[in-house]
Amino acid sequence: MPASATPGTTVKEPPTGAVRARPSRASSGAGRPGLGWAVPGLLFFTLFAIIPMLLVVALSFTSWQGLGLPEWTGGANWSRLWEDPEMRQAIWLSVLLTGLSWLFQTPVALLLGVWAAGTQRNRAVLSAIFFLPLLASSVALALLWKSLLDPNFGLIADIGPYIGFPDGNLLGDPQGAFAAVLFVASWQFIPFHTLLYQGGARQIPKSLYDAAYVDGAGTVRQFFSVTLPQLKNTVITSSVLMVVGALTFFDTVLILTEGGPGTDTTIVPFLMYTTGFDAFDMGYASAIATILVAIATGVSLLLVRLTGFSAMRSTREGM
Amino acid sequence: MTDVLSKRPATGSPEHGGPRPASGRRSFRLPRWNYPAGFASLIWLLVVGVPLYALVTSTLRTRDDYLDSGALSVPGDPTLDNYRKVFESDFLTYLANTAIVTVATAAIVVVLAVTIGYTVVRTRSRMSNRIFQVFLLGLAIPAQAVIIPVYLIITKMHLYDSLLAIILPTAAFTLPVSVVILAGTMRDIDEEMYESMALDGANSLRILRQLVVPLSRSGISTVIVYASLQAWNNFLFPLILTQSPETRVLTLGLYDFVGQFRVDIPALLAAVVLSIVPIFVVYLFARRQLVSGLMGVGGK
Repeated sequence: MPASATPGTTVKEPPTGAVRARPSRASSGAGRPGLGWAVPGLLFFTLFAIIPMLLVVALSFTSWQGLGLPEWTGGANWSRLWEDPEMRQAIWLSVLLTGLSWLFQTPVALLLGVWAAGTQRNRAVLSAIFFLPLLASSVALALLWKSLLDPNFGLIADIGPYIGFPDGNLLGDPQGAFAAVLFVASWQFIPFHTLLYQGGARQIPKSLYDAAYVDGAGTVRQFFSVTLPQLKNTVITSSVLMVVGALTFFDTVLILTEGGPGTDTTIVPFLMYTTGFDAFDMGYASAIATILVAIATGVSLLLVRLTGFSAMRSTREGM
Repeated sequence: MTDVLSKRPATGSPEHGGPRPASGRRSFRLPRWNYPAGFASLIWLLVVGVPLYALVTSTLRTRDDYLDSGALSVPGDPTLDNYRKVFESDFLTYLANTAIVTVATAAIVVVLAVTIGYTVVRTRSRMSNRIFQVFLLGLAIPAQAVIIPVYLIITKMHLYDSLLAIILPTAAFTLPVSVVILAGTMRDIDEEMYESMALDGANSLRILRQLVVPLSRSGISTVIVYASLQAWNNFLFPLILTQSPETRVLTLGLYDFVGQFRVDIPALLAAVVLSIVPIFVVYLFARRQLVSGLMGVGGK
């Protein structure tokens, strides 16, 4: 590498290759792409994601049947939303589902990820099996679980009596159906978060463990004193993706329980879907969707703040 | 015991027996062994393995056998009849549609994410930082929440009920994660390499072609795998943006099979298996890429 590239200005970069932000005048502008490079992608993203996000807010102030033109109705949808007991229940169920998913998925994914980042031999084969749910669609998995939870012919007919459902009708029971959604969604998404933790754990410098070992720390102590603090960012990223991902439990709910029994598993995205595309009440559905956007955007801003993603540091910095 | 390191205890089984050999030599490459995690991995193997076992064996049985003996029994007389039934339906049309959607989505995403990533990492201006933040914000825009306006836009573009109606929004919603992955990879390319190429008179297109793309290969592969997974498994966009049998994709087809094979669970599950197999084969080859690429997302 010609150190003479910018004569007189450089102290040689450390060989780690970490890219540090230098004052822009230190390097020449030659060979830098103009902002124009990003325009096609940006326009595309704006058309299908940013504009819809704004449009959904606008539509929440209208009445629209899906055909014809939306009609301005002001705050009618919102005052209706405010008093809708179904909506209140849906928000509560969504919050509950998201919170419990986090409590359930995070420890399991963390442990599995740290384990999978190790060097034991059978790991490759086991990982392939572990991660299978990651590959299948929510539809495929929901169908698999629906058949396993069928009270007449499924697995649940055999094990139901042991977990408090003598007739095996887990999906017909309010709490049972909710637990089933929670379990199936976790079953499906834990592998993804495991993958994140595996990646994070692999990046922890070995020297930290060596130092901890020399200081006499055992495995458990090392986990809590080295692994966990080093994975802080991963925990944040994974948690945020989990919260946003909880909205995609929609697919699972649609197939597994159809929101029932009654409305006992009707979470916010499902309520939005039925309101918009079954009842063709698109304006009201947009108001429900706006709430989803607000939650998700709030979480996203939190992500940018907490992880320092936006600081654009090298992933290898500090190693 | 010549090499202690290569003979770590199997999952979850603590070392029994006498005192360990003098451990002076192992002190600096200690096994990062983690018993709770090992135990969790065994439990998880059961939790994942048993349903998958039930899935596969169920498809090898006749309907009556399945109804009689339940999900977990071993099929006495394996048959491939269920798979034949699936192939006699419109399964192959759905498969072809899904393949088109997947390839097109991945292609669009790679081209756009590479150019965006390149701009974000190499253009030193406030704007490029802003662009990156737009995509970070995009990470959290749930497709569920904006499906109504997307439906409106697709209808206005006269794309409703076409494969493009699925491809375009799917690609858009795959972009944020892809940009984050690629920006992470590209940031690790040595700054001096850009500078020396620029000094040799290379323009930014050439630098992109000869430096950035080759050195970001692992990130690009990750993006391809990720985008393919998203496209292959997408359900919401096809559900709402298409209608006719000619544009039906696999996930939607599976959903329809519920009606078609109402009481024939083994046939339904055979369709489920067939929908997973192609993507699993791809995954087996690309697993390493997916794992290494996601480090950038989950890591520091």
